[in-house]
Amino acid sequence: MTQASAEGDASGPMLAADGTPLKKSLARALRLQKMRALMLIAPLLLFVLVTFIAPIADMLFRSVENEIVSETLPRTTAALADWDGQGLPPEGVYEDAFYDLYMAAERKEHTRLGTRLNYEMTGASSLMRKSGRGLDDIGEVYQDQFEDLDKNWDEAQPWAELMGDPEWLTDQAAWEKGDRMPKFTLRDGIADLLPKTAEQYEAFALYQQEEEAKSPLKEEPWSAVHTALYEDLKAGDLSGYTGPRAEMLIAADALVDSPDFETVSFADGFVEMDEDWAQPEIWKTIKLYAPDYTSGYFLNSVDMQLTPEGVEMRPENERIYILLFKRTIFMSLVITGSCILLAYPVAYILSNLPSRQANLLMILVLLPFWTSLLVRTSAWKVMLQQQGVINDVLVWLGLIADDSRLVMINNQFGTIVAMTHILLPFMILPMYSVMSTIPPTYVRAAKSLGATNWTTFWRVYFPQSIPGIGAGSILVFILSIGYYITPEIVGGTTGTFISNRIAYHISSSLNWGLAAALGAILLAVVLILYWAYDRIVGIDNVKLG
Amino acid sequence: MNDVILTPAGEKPLGFTLGVLAAAGAVAGIFIGAANGSSLLGVIGGAIVMAGIAYVLVKLLGEGLEKLARLGLVALFAVVGLLLSGTPGLVVGGLFGWFFGWFAYWIGFGRYRTPLVPYLTSGQVLWHYTFRVICGAIFVFLITPILVVMPLSFNAESFFTFTPEMLSFDPAGYSLRHYRDFLTNPEWTRAVENSLLIAPVATVISVSLGTLAAIGLSQSHVPGKRAIMAILISPMIVPLIISATGMYFFYSKIGLVGTYWGVVLAHAVLGIPFVIITVTATLVGFDRSLTRAAANMGANPVTTFFRVQMPLILPGVISGGLFAFITSFDEVVVVLFIGSAELQTLPWQMFTGLREQISPTILAAATILVGISILLLTVVEMLRRRSERLRGMTPR
Repeated sequence: MTQASAEGDASGPMLAADGTPLKKSLARALRLQKMRALMLIAPLLLFVLVTFIAPIADMLFRSVENEIVSETLPRTTAALADWDGQGLPPEGVYEDAFYDLYMAAERKEHTRLGTRLNYEMTGASSLMRKSGRGLDDIGEVYQDQFEDLDKNWDEAQPWAELMGDPEWLTDQAAWEKGDRMPKFTLRDGIADLLPKTAEQYEAFALYQQEEEAKSPLKEEPWSAVHTALYEDLKAGDLSGYTGPRAEMLIAADALVDSPDFETVSFADGFVEMDEDWAQPEIWKTIKLYAPDYTSGYFLNSVDMQLTPEGVEMRPENERIYILLFKRTIFMSLVITGSCILLAYPVAYILSNLPSRQANLLMILVLLPFWTSLLVRTSAWKVMLQQQGVINDVLVWLGLIADDSRLVMINNQFGTIVAMTHILLPFMILPMYSVMSTIPPTYVRAAKSLGATNWTTFWRVYFPQSIPGIGAGSILVFILSIGYYITPEIVGGTTGTFISNRIAYHISSSLNWGLAAALGAILLAVVLILYWAYDRIVGIDNVKLG
Repeated sequence: MNDVILTPAGEKPLGFTLGVLAAAGAVAGIFIGAANGSSLLGVIGGAIVMAGIAYVLVKLLGEGLEKLARLGLVALFAVVGLLLSGTPGLVVGGLFGWFFGWFAYWIGFGRYRTPLVPYLTSGQVLWHYTFRVICGAIFVFLITPILVVMPLSFNAESFFTFTPEMLSFDPAGYSLRHYRDFLTNPEWTRAVENSLLIAPVATVISVSLGTLAAIGLSQSHVPGKRAIMAILISPMIVPLIISATGMYFFYSKIGLVGTYWGVVLAHAVLGIPFVIITVTATLVGFDRSLTRAAANMGANPVTTFFRVQMPLILPGVISGGLFAFITSFDEVVVVLFIGSAELQTLPWQMFTGLREQISPTILAAATILVGISILLLTVVEMLRRRSERLRGMTPR
């Protein structure tokens, strides 16, 4: 093209048939071609991005996401941010924790939080469950006293009149089941007068409306509201109040100020529920896991943990993931190695036999390749079990006694044998396609020059077959490192891979964050190998059958 | 190896023949001896018996009476086997007799030399056959598990193992009850039905989108081709457990978990790499001037695609479709995660069966699946040859 344009420059631009300069016309054609190609690819690319890449990205996100702590305990985490982490947190933190946990317990979210914190601190789960039941003990101290003073403190209507906007009250009173509920609004000025009570009552009313679909006019407030009322009355003087239900509130204020009003500090109440609240550990853990993102899952998946003192290894008896990763890599290497050993002779003989015989033998390779994975796995179960075919034959031959049958399944041996068999075609096919391009004349030339059989093989044939070994090995290693089904069925406890652990966390222990972190590490390993495979072999050179 | 080989076969020295046969007999004798009490006795007995037989066959009967001698040997061994351990012994004995009859003549008259070039040393000949035996053993390793499943699926008992009745070829030991169970038990029929509802739809999605994309990718000047290719192939490379985990999280957000379409979409995306790979491979040999010629003669792009390009790449598309189909039909991990009890597919049923309530119905299902794979393999192989013929390559 440079030549064409150089010539064009000499005698004006070269023109295409329609009169535009040829260079421009060509560029346009090229652009059009690119566009058309991209248009053809776009639907699939979009499809794969939405149905496959997005889920993977979502999983990666989940491995660091940690919003549950700050969402369930918003005030506590905010209050703990100012705490220096020395000794126990101040009374104010306990108060915030009381309101947060009360709300969480009503929503049944405290158990989820407990489960989350339990990953980092054993005992957190039972602590949260216990506290969910015990919180009312604190609130009822106040609720009972207010109720003894005036029955109305335990009624829905007076509370609503005290806290709610008059306009909302009329709307809510007119509300019938099935209609949209008018959203609760606080009465003007009540938030200044009784700040904590207003906040707690609003939370209560909105919870009833939105999550239970019940009218706040019919539901008595829970004891957290009474507790907040006590806090407000203690802090401020309300003798001048003149709004709705004035005499009720002023009487309550007088009661709170009287010396025989029974009170309980939040800290004492928490310790009453569970001794663990008096230990700094739980508070430190909450503070540590307050941020929205955490490296905790990743640290867990390499047997480490985040502690207030920094990152450290888990206790010796809790370390399993490093072991599992090591085992996964070790077994994948053994499987790759045995695949190389078994595939090399087969690929060699296939590429050196006359094509008719080679095609016939090729079927023996392709048939397992096309056979369902579960069929092959169940076949190995049949073969390897203690009452299985191999043991039966060995017993029949008298090589082993009937009562000392070999244990070949539910251990590493079973996994390695079955997976070698399953992945062998993936090694044979790339090796075969490389070996069938090696010219036989090289071998003959080496022999005629006086090389021994071994030298001919080792110095002439083998180096030329290395690309096949490389391609097959990476492929088999990638496939085996993430295998799930076969280890699950024939692996028992000692022959399982990291994938089985991921599946366990997804479906049994429900520790999804840890599963995602383990998956992310495994994915990283696979992607590095994939990249290497693309570099060495090229993904468009993958052959299937 | 050359086709024209002129190595003469001739009778070998007696010592060689007897020695080899005695060694082979000794090896066989180990097993028979061990099965009947003493290995050592078996070794010695086997060696003596085989040497004797070899002498009779090669020296006394010779090549003239070969057919008769070998038949006699089969009969002799079969009878001995019958006396030693009943019907299974009869079959094994017959096979032994057939093998040793052939082996004695093969060794004794040096027939093993004929397919080989004359200048090979004895060591090379030995290695040549040892290598064949090794390869044979690997092929046995590859195929045996699949073959073993088949007879077991006819087991009359609910065992995963061969019963004594089966080994003695007693008809009472065999039955079709597991096939009957497979065809009538609603758990299994529903699983098959689900698989057949999911796999074809997933295949259609991956084939239609995949073929278009492969055509786009095969054109020159595609920007970012390598990266696009890497993304499109990734569902094959990323471990299934990770895909399943990601899909489980993501699909539950958009309400696809436990739905038919969730499973179909997941299976479609898993099948795409296979379609891309096979169709791209077919397109490598596609002559682009054909589409230009069609366009030149006034065909619009759609007509060109369906009348010129499609028929030529059809074999690749179909085999890609078969791969996609088998991927979906055989997939279990993703279904386990994003499926639901109503969406149990055949592999799911087999997986849970294998893990929990082992019943040989699984083996009946497996045998049927092996039959299907043989069918698919044949189709793919025929398509590959047809495609190579169409593209002017010689079938290999």
